[in-house]
Amino acid sequence: MRKATFKGGIHLVGHKEMTCGLETIPAPVPDRVYIPLSQHIGAPCAPLVVVGEEVKKGQRIGEGKGFVSSPIHASVSGKVVAIDLREHPGGSFVPCIVIENDGKEEWADSVRPAGDPALLDAGEIRQIISDAGIVGLGGATFPAHVKYSPVEGKRIEAVILNGVECEPYITADHRLMLERPERIVAGLQYIMRSVGCDRGVIAIEDNKMDAVSLMEQAAAAADNISVVVLREKYPQGSEKQLIYACTGKQVPAGALPLAVGVIVNNVGTAAAIADAVEKGTPLIERYVTVSGSGIRKPANFLVRIGTLFHELIAQCGGYSGEIEKIIAGGPMMGKTVFSDQLPVVKGSSGIVVLRREAAREAREYACVRCAKCIDVCPAFLEPTSLVKMAKRSAWEEAEKSDVMSCIECGSCVYSCPAKIQLIQYIRRAKQAVLASKPKAA
Amino acid sequence: MTHQDDLLLVTSSPHMVSPDSVPAAMRDVLIALGPALAAAIYFFRLPALLVILACTVSAYVAELACLKVMKKETPREYSAIVTGLLLAFCLPPTLPLWMAALGSAFAIVIAKHLFGGLGQNIFNPSLIGRAFLLASFPVAMTTWVNPIDGVSSASPLGIMKEGLGENLPTIGHLIVGNITGSLGETSALAILLGGIYLLYRKHIDWRIPGSFLGTVFVLTSVVAAVKGEGLWYPLFHLFAGGLFLGAFFMATDWVTSPVTKLGRVIFGAGCGALVVLIRLKGGYPEGVAYSILLMNVATPLIDRYTRARVFGGVKSHA
Repeated sequence: MRKATFKGGIHLVGHKEMTCGLETIPAPVPDRVYIPLSQHIGAPCAPLVVVGEEVKKGQRIGEGKGFVSSPIHASVSGKVVAIDLREHPGGSFVPCIVIENDGKEEWADSVRPAGDPALLDAGEIRQIISDAGIVGLGGATFPAHVKYSPVEGKRIEAVILNGVECEPYITADHRLMLERPERIVAGLQYIMRSVGCDRGVIAIEDNKMDAVSLMEQAAAAADNISVVVLREKYPQGSEKQLIYACTGKQVPAGALPLAVGVIVNNVGTAAAIADAVEKGTPLIERYVTVSGSGIRKPANFLVRIGTLFHELIAQCGGYSGEIEKIIAGGPMMGKTVFSDQLPVVKGSSGIVVLRREAAREAREYACVRCAKCIDVCPAFLEPTSLVKMAKRSAWEEAEKSDVMSCIECGSCVYSCPAKIQLIQYIRRAKQAVLASKPKAA
Repeated sequence: MTHQDDLLLVTSSPHMVSPDSVPAAMRDVLIALGPALAAAIYFFRLPALLVILACTVSAYVAELACLKVMKKETPREYSAIVTGLLLAFCLPPTLPLWMAALGSAFAIVIAKHLFGGLGQNIFNPSLIGRAFLLASFPVAMTTWVNPIDGVSSASPLGIMKEGLGENLPTIGHLIVGNITGSLGETSALAILLGGIYLLYRKHIDWRIPGSFLGTVFVLTSVVAAVKGEGLWYPLFHLFAGGLFLGAFFMATDWVTSPVTKLGRVIFGAGCGALVVLIRLKGGYPEGVAYSILLMNVATPLIDRYTRARVFGGVKSHA
């Protein structure tokens, strides 16, 4: 069996054994859900409901203007009790619809199959995906239908499903592949139809061989779908590194995967698409792993969008020890949050809680030019040189040195023996370079 | 429900770091120098130990003094001790202790801290210390004793330079180290053990010692073929003098060697070529220290011209 990989990267302690063997539990549906009106990359939604209005499960409650946007749906039936600004796991405050759950779990009338799935054409499938509010569930939350829209002169040669899940602790995709493999394959086939492509690839790291064999079984009948096993290495799940490992092609710097005729989606996105096409269900729930040294009983949950973090953590038996950080997402690229009163959103793959560790090194040493950051950089940058440029505000030089190609995977910071927070300097340089550009119309 | 009032710690990702650290790396270098240290004390006895102590103590005191005078608050690490120890390894065991201490202090104050301290120096500080001592005290720096009888004698490379082929030690002696030479450089075997440890711990890149030793071997093989000498000739050049110490511990110094992989190959090959040039055509019998110092100067240039192309970058047509 082929075990492809990319150049650079790091070997991490995965901590996945804490949850990868635990069957996904449907999390209790909360009394109140808090649904942010911005859960995707692109224009935020405007509410379609007012306070006091009764809503049904799956009813569209928010809609965005513009093409790059994705609607929001009620994840429970009940009454809208507030629409106000609340903190989002992404870090900012966004308008949020609060629904009091009436416990009836009544579906909206709109939730029904659009027709015989076998007869749908590409445009109809894209419309269903758009209406169902499906975004990239790997964390980037890019509206899926936008990705599948045809671009003049571009042919899609392969659709790659990302089942790599290279972030430590997180096992949501792993569990999904074990528990719903046929949904993933069905979703992949709809995606392939919607973009007119006859090659599908499901990419999985070799630390999930059980998922590999189940996915192979599920895809056995489809001879245009193959499973590719990748060597376990971080950040294998990063889009461009994944495409390189699967196809040997480098997506040009600054370009989208489309430039090499490839579309990448998370396995969870594919499963959601299968449900939307066949049952008409919009995206109102997702798989979430709750794990980390600060969680008493780590678990995988099927969670309604809008469920607060602390409700899931309570389901895990609460915290264990003194908590230092709660991370929305994995420990390498996830964002730390100020509190546990934040809702699960479409992009929430995991909640990782870390205990305070006395031994954690905080002091920064001088760079000793060991070049470990350069050796591990999957974008082939020189992080330490970029940091030096950032320190003297040499933004143009940083841009010429390809700072914008940094994918912020954190491999350099992880590897740095001098404990330098290279990414902070690099992010600052990226911001400065962006700010120097005229705004796109 | 917890943490209703207290805000949690919010920091930039990643939230996981490796256990590697600068002090741990320096500790590993000291461990790697252990076999050579043991060999030095075994072969050259008390005088070697005293020179080693003079160098390391002087280096550490100079380091503390520099940090104090320059009001630098840096976390403690052992790089100054490594500098002192490496300098001691390339000194004659009979060197007066005050000279050893002076050279060590020079290495730390002039070659390291006046250039900006840890990570900023252009030249390998230990080698600058050695070059300073050789220029200042040429006689004391080239007076050697034989570890077996304690009698003054020329170093193997010195003997070769004089063309006294029949007095040369065997390759076996060069590998074990019971020969005349600087106190920590004579045992190729002990140094190799330490080098392998550093490679295993991923602190050094095989490209530098590989291309360094490989170049010396290839070039001296060519010379041997021209001169009609046998395999002993390139092997002698490989194991004699400070080549192993230089290739595994000096040329691989993080701060003063290239950061790119291709750059490291070029750097090592350049060191190797210069060593052969100095040994065969230069005025000195040995050229390891100067070859590395010369390539240290070239490091920024090598780095600039060997920078990797960014992922997905277009081929430059330059």
